[in-house]
Amino acid sequence: MSKPHNAARRGFLGTAAAAVGGVMLAPGIQLIEVAQAATPGASAKVRWGMLIDTTRCASGCTDCVTACNTENGLAPPARSTDPQWIRKVEIKEIKTGRAASLPVMCQHCAEPPCVDVCPTGASFKRADGIVLVDRHSCIGCRYCMMACPYKARSFVHEPLADQRPDVPRGKGCVESCTLCVHRIDQGDKTTACAEACAKAGHGAIVFGDLNDPQSEISRRVRAVASVALRADLRLDPGVRYQGL
Amino acid sequence: MNARTETRNFWLLVAIGGGVTLAGLGAAWLMEEHGHAITGMDNQVVWGLPHVFAIFMIVAASGVLNVASIGSVFGDAVYKRRAPLSGLLTLALLAGGLMVLMLDLGRPERIIVAATHYNLTSVFAWNVLLYSGMFAIVAIYLWTMFERRFNHWSQAAGVAALVWRFVLTTGTGLIFGFLVARQAYQSAVLAPLFIVLSFGWGLAVFMLVQSALFAWNGQSVPGPVHRRMARLLGVFVAAALYLVAVYHLTNIYFARQHAFEAFVLLGRGDGGSGFATLFWLGFVALGSLLPLALLFHPRSSARSVLAASLLVVLGAFAFLFVFIIGGQAFPLEIFPGYQVSSSFGDGAIAQYRPSLPELLLGLGGVGAAFLLTTIGVRVLDFLPRDDKASAGAKGGD
Repeated sequence: MSKPHNAARRGFLGTAAAAVGGVMLAPGIQLIEVAQAATPGASAKVRWGMLIDTTRCASGCTDCVTACNTENGLAPPARSTDPQWIRKVEIKEIKTGRAASLPVMCQHCAEPPCVDVCPTGASFKRADGIVLVDRHSCIGCRYCMMACPYKARSFVHEPLADQRPDVPRGKGCVESCTLCVHRIDQGDKTTACAEACAKAGHGAIVFGDLNDPQSEISRRVRAVASVALRADLRLDPGVRYQGL
Repeated sequence: MNARTETRNFWLLVAIGGGVTLAGLGAAWLMEEHGHAITGMDNQVVWGLPHVFAIFMIVAASGVLNVASIGSVFGDAVYKRRAPLSGLLTLALLAGGLMVLMLDLGRPERIIVAATHYNLTSVFAWNVLLYSGMFAIVAIYLWTMFERRFNHWSQAAGVAALVWRFVLTTGTGLIFGFLVARQAYQSAVLAPLFIVLSFGWGLAVFMLVQSALFAWNGQSVPGPVHRRMARLLGVFVAAALYLVAVYHLTNIYFARQHAFEAFVLLGRGDGGSGFATLFWLGFVALGSLLPLALLFHPRSSARSVLAASLLVVLGAFAFLFVFIIGGQAFPLEIFPGYQVSSSFGDGAIAQYRPSLPELLLGLGGVGAAFLLTTIGVRVLDFLPRDDKASAGAKGGD
C-alpha cells in the first residue's frame, strides 16, 4: 500500500471519529443546556410569603384546602395518617369567646427548626425563603415533624398512586406545603390556595414577595398589624396573620 | 453441666434469639411493604413503640459500660473482671437499638444517605458519628483487655470510652432537649437526666445478664460483689428519681406548662390517665421505689436484687413510654389561650395504640442484642472470675 493512501485513510478515520463523537456528545450538551435553562435557581433577593387575613377567612370554608389537594395530588384526608399540607383551624379565645377561622400550613421560617434537625440535609431552605424536603435524600426519620412548632409536616404512611408530575411525592418520606414552588418556578405569581380563596370572594390569602416594597403583601404588612404564629420562638416565618 | 448439654443449651438460646430477631425483621419488612399505616403512629405521634425500645437499648448500652469504667478508669478489681462482659453488652445493646431505629425509618434502604450526607446542626447527625465511634472505641477497648500485649493500653481506652459515652448519652438526651416546639421536651436537664438514667438501666441489665451467665455456668455471683453492685444500683435509681422530679418541678413552676404536666402527672384530658398510671405506678412505684426498698433492705437476697433489676428495666419502659409517646400525644400549643380544633388533630390529645408489627420490631432489637451476647460469651471468655479475697476485700463503692 502506498503512503498517500494511508494518509487519506487516516484522514478519513479522523474525520469520521470526530463526526461520530460530535453526534454522540451533542444531545448531551443540548440536555445540559436545557437543564440549565430550566433551573435558573432561586434568588435571595426574593422572600416569598403570605399574609392571611383571619377577619376575611370564613368559618367552614375549605376552598384553600381543596385547591391545595387538587394542585398537589393529595387525596382528601380521612385518617390521622393522611397527609395534610394545609388545614383549616377553628379557634375560640377561652377568656372572651372571640372565634376565628384560619388556614395553617408550613410557615416557611427564616430559621426553620426542621432544617436544623434534619440529619441528611433533606429539609432545606431555598434562597427565596421556601422550605422544602428533598424527596431523594429524606430517610423518613420524622425528626423534622418532632421539631416543627406548627405541625406543618406530614409523613407518607402508605404507598401513593396518581401523583402529579410537577409534585413528586413518596411513601416513607416527609412532606409539607411547598408554597406551590412548581408554579413559582414557572413564573406564576400565586399559589393554589390564594387563588382559590380569591375565587371564592374572600381574598383572605395574599401571596407575594416580602422583599419587594411595591408588592401587595409588603404594602399590606406595612399598613395593618399582623403577627407570626409562635412569635416567641423568633423563627421569622414567611406566613403572617392579620386579625389574631 | 456437661459439654453436650451446654452445647445444646447454647443452640437453644441461639434459636430463641434468632427467632425473635427474625420476627422483628419480618415486622420491619411488613412496615416497609405497607408503610407506617400498619403501625399505631400517625402525623401527631410520629415516634412510637420502636423508639421506646431503641432509646432504652441505646441509653442502657451507654450505662452498661459503667461497670468497665469503674474497673479500668478507677482501678476497682471486682469491676475490672467484669469489664469485658460490660463491653460486650454495650456493643450488643447498641446494635439492637440501632437496628430498631434504622428499620423504623420511612426509607430504611436509604441509610447510606445518612452515612454520607451530614447536616452538622442536626443532633441526629451527631449521633450517627457518636454511635459509630462508640462501636469502634468499645471494640478497641475489648481488644486491649483480651490481648495481653495491649493490656497496658486498657486504661487509656477505658478513659476514652468513658468520655465518649458521656457525650453519646448527652447526644441522646439532646435529641429531645433541643426540641423547642414541644412542651414535653426543650430542657437542658434532659442531657444529665439521660446520663443518670443510663447508669441505672445499664447496671440493671448487667446484673440480670451476669446472674444468668453465672447460673449457666453452674455458679453464683459472690455475695459481697452482689451486695456492692446492688447498693450502686440503688444510688443510681435514687439519683434518676431526683432528676426526673427536678424536670417535672421545673415544668410545674411555669404556668404555660401546667396543662401538659396535668396531662402526664394527673391524667387530665382524654387518655391522660393511662400515662399518669404508667408514670406513677410503672416508673415511680414499681420501677423506682420498690427496687430501692429491695436493694437497701437489710436482709436483701440475691433473688430480691434480681427482682429489683428487672423492675428497674420495666420502669425504664414505663418512663420512656410516658416521655416519648405522652410528650407527642399532648397537642402543640400554637394558639395559647385559645380553644382549638381542626381536621388534623389540633388541640386534641392523640390516641396512640401500638400495633403488633411495632412490638415485634422492638422485641426484634432485644432479640438481636440477646443473640450477640449469647454468641459472644460462648466464643470468647467473658465470664467474670472472682477470687474470694478480692471479692470480699472492699465493702464500699
